[in-house]
Amino acid sequence: MAGNTVTRAQLSEAVYHEVGLSRNESADLVETVLSEIAESLIKGDTVKVSSFGSFQVRAKGGRVGRNPKTGQEVPIQPRRVLVFRASHVLKERINAALSRPSGR
Amino acid sequence: MIKSELILRLAERNPHLYQRDIERIVTTVFDEIAAALSRGDRVELRGFGAFSVKQRPPRIGRNPRTGDSVQVAGKHIPFFKTGKELRERLNEGEPPAPKT
Repeated sequence: MAGNTVTRAQLSEAVYHEVGLSRNESADLVETVLSEIAESLIKGDTVKVSSFGSFQVRAKGGRVGRNPKTGQEVPIQPRRVLVFRASHVLKERINAALSRPSGR
Repeated sequence: MIKSELILRLAERNPHLYQRDIERIVTTVFDEIAAALSRGDRVELRGFGAFSVKQRPPRIGRNPRTGDSVQVAGKHIPFFKTGKELRERLNEGEPPAPKT
């Protein structure tokens, strides 16, 4: 596996090449895309992106956890967690590229 | 919210841009993430979360109806871990509106 890390910088660069905006504006828009998604999720809304996947907020009940090192019981408060489900298209794309030796 | 609604919201916030450009921006962002994962790369978006690919080894599965053993090939699974900031913001109770 290649093991490279892609960050906002590369996403902005891709937007810069794809759309005729300045580098600065491209970076701002990438940021806005992420913050719109985040704000929607914080409101409790599910965010679905076709052929990519969906982000959903789930409410988890409180429970008694345990510190694995000390064995001590610790209460875990009820909380909200974000789950991402990849679409079949994304899963298939990844497997087609990575599971076959020849690759793309 | 679905992708088209996301595009509409972004268009409202950026009235100086063509909607088709906003569409291309959104498509490019997700396509770049998908392309990175297809190379086996990680995508780390601080404050939001990180996408990575996990490998599942081949295993012997069973047909639950007949009990027959079947060889299941190894596969790659996309995985998302929520970023620290977003995780915390999800649990700040029900704040009315984001502060500006």
